Amino acid sequence: MSSKKSVHEILEDEDFKSLSAQKDTISIILTILELVLYFGFIALIAFNKPFLAQKMGGEGATTIGIPIAVGTIIFSWVFTGIYIFWANSKYDTLVRKVKDKVGG
Amino acid sequence: MPQAQQTAQAAQTMIGQANPTAIMFFVLFVLITLGITWWAAKRTRTTKDFYAAGRSITGFQNGLALAGDYMSAASFLGIAGLVSTKGYDGLIYSVGWLVGWPIVMFLISEPLRNLGKYTFADVVAYRLNQRPIRAAAAAGSLVVVLTYLIAQMVGAGTLIKLMFGLPFELAIVITGALMISYVLFGGMIATTWVQIIKAVLLLGGATLLVILTLNKFNFSYANLFNQAAGATPLGQKFLEPGGLVTSPVDAFSLGLALMFGTAGLPHILMRFYTVPDAKAARKSVFVATGFIGYFYILTVTIGFGAAVLVGQKVIMGIDAGGNMAGPLLAEALGGNLFLGFLSAVAFATILAVVSGLTLAGASAFSHDLFVGVVRRGQASEKDEVKVAKIATVGLGATAILLGILFKGQNVAFLVGLTFAIAASANFPALLMSIMWKKFTTAGAVTSIYTGLTVAVILLILSPTVWVDIVHKSEAAAVAKQVKTIEEAAKAKTAEIEKQKVPGLDPAKVAEIDAAIAAVKKDAEPQIKTAKEQMPKAIFPLKNPGIYSMFAAFFVGILVSLMSPDKVAEAKFEGEKLREYIGIGAED
Repeated sequence: MSSKKSVHEILEDEDFKSLSAQKDTISIILTILELVLYFGFIALIAFNKPFLAQKMGGEGATTIGIPIAVGTIIFSWVFTGIYIFWANSKYDTLVRKVKDKVGG
Repeated sequence: MPQAQQTAQAAQTMIGQANPTAIMFFVLFVLITLGITWWAAKRTRTTKDFYAAGRSITGFQNGLALAGDYMSAASFLGIAGLVSTKGYDGLIYSVGWLVGWPIVMFLISEPLRNLGKYTFADVVAYRLNQRPIRAAAAAGSLVVVLTYLIAQMVGAGTLIKLMFGLPFELAIVITGALMISYVLFGGMIATTWVQIIKAVLLLGGATLLVILTLNKFNFSYANLFNQAAGATPLGQKFLEPGGLVTSPVDAFSLGLALMFGTAGLPHILMRFYTVPDAKAARKSVFVATGFIGYFYILTVTIGFGAAVLVGQKVIMGIDAGGNMAGPLLAEALGGNLFLGFLSAVAFATILAVVSGLTLAGASAFSHDLFVGVVRRGQASEKDEVKVAKIATVGLGATAILLGILFKGQNVAFLVGLTFAIAASANFPALLMSIMWKKFTTAGAVTSIYTGLTVAVILLILSPTVWVDIVHKSEAAAVAKQVKTIEEAAKAKTAEIEKQKVPGLDPAKVAEIDAAIAAVKKDAEPQIKTAKEQMPKAIFPLKNPGIYSMFAAFFVGILVSLMSPDKVAEAKFEGEKLREYIGIGAED
């Protein structure tokens, strides 16, 4: 046990600090983006219906609101994809590094 | 297009009659799932098997199971119905159901898996006093589970009656008996596979239906939308936002409840313990979000397709809410065989959702209340599984009884309530326990109970319950009175209008018009007085989410600051280490 670092020492470790700070930052940024995406959509419906009711141009009846709604769904999924990509490529590597240091 | 519409209208629908194809597919589903339950029963020994499928589910499988847990028959049939009758507003509604999933991933899934064992209360209680926290969290979980179960059961009875022609009570008893069997004998392993199979069937069935639909429009969405605008009385307005969002605050409040409620649903949170580690947990959210988003896009397409190919008249003739839009479209495009298949899938969908809910309720009862509160954390695995099984039967029986009791009631508000409570009672305490060092036992307990009571009380005082349910007869009487006044005025003007004959003196015409205007003017104050008698909701919003969530966070923070807990603070370092790198996580 004596060779292992204490919990406090690990938390003070630069690698752990960078790992937790990076994870907090990316989680919060993506959460805010998702909130802006969805409530932006809701705000458009509440305050600017004519914008969403515009036709897409050409002869068609399709309104701009349709791709915007479907886009909100697709972007929500893309955001989770961005997180996964970051976590798999960066976060897991950092976790492994810290774990190796503490022999955990 | 008109040709397709005519054939659909001319066809006799099989909906509402005992459909042998549907029954055959359904019996097949039941046999397969009971077979899996038998197989799972032999593998269910420990609490880890019963609650968490031995943590043997892969990230991808769990993603499908999460989707299976979340995609209810109400969303499949209801959203397609809403789109087919209201158009764009149905699309708005479907978006709201997806946006909670990214939040689950960014804030909840990994810490939950690293810190907890079987229920989300494990995480909230990690640094705090076990007993009060577990009692409060179990209360939050059980209220969410029960309200959602009632909504699902009543919906199940109604839908099965519509689709199979079975009596309401029998439909509920069959649903309840199967759900109890899966959970009681097969625990989380059987429940997970029921959800995976249902998800595959539902996604496959919906995909096939969309392909058949788009085939009628040369695989062009532009074509579909053009014809949808032409086929409905709303015309171009069918593709524009309508009356669903009128008050921005109301929309914001509902949005908050949907978004953060998903991250507070006990049956969803519980699924993260079935995977081996945090990496698999986050992967499962990515998979689930993809499938659920894809499913909503399919459902919306089905709704627009049904509006054109089946026609609103036929859809609303079968069910005023439009719930049969999807099945009717399936019948129009794939005949009785496809209708039967889709009906069976809808039944399977209900079963999977209620099974997941029952298991979550049973674990709140046994793991949190029995072991955590009654036995103070000291109970053998055997005892814990036994209590969980007793709770499963008890919850199942309660769900059957309540389902029958609520027959014919408007239970749509219960779904909104479920999400509001999940977002207000469960989510704030969970988030603060993960993120905030100074969070205390008193803060957590008061936050949970505040969120719970504020959400319930405000919903009772809201227009959804206070006007539509409590003062239903008064509201109906007022509406009737207004209608009578309007009709009397209309009859009067029509009578006067008759005096207008061709070649009448212009002065006389002006006189008649003035008389008509006078009648209309007379009616106005009468209508106004009548409308003043309309019962008013004490709380103005339809969904209490914005206030109840704020109250839960506010009380949680305030009480924590007033009751500092050095022991809990000291344990935060250990929690942080485990949260970020998973050292010590349950395996």
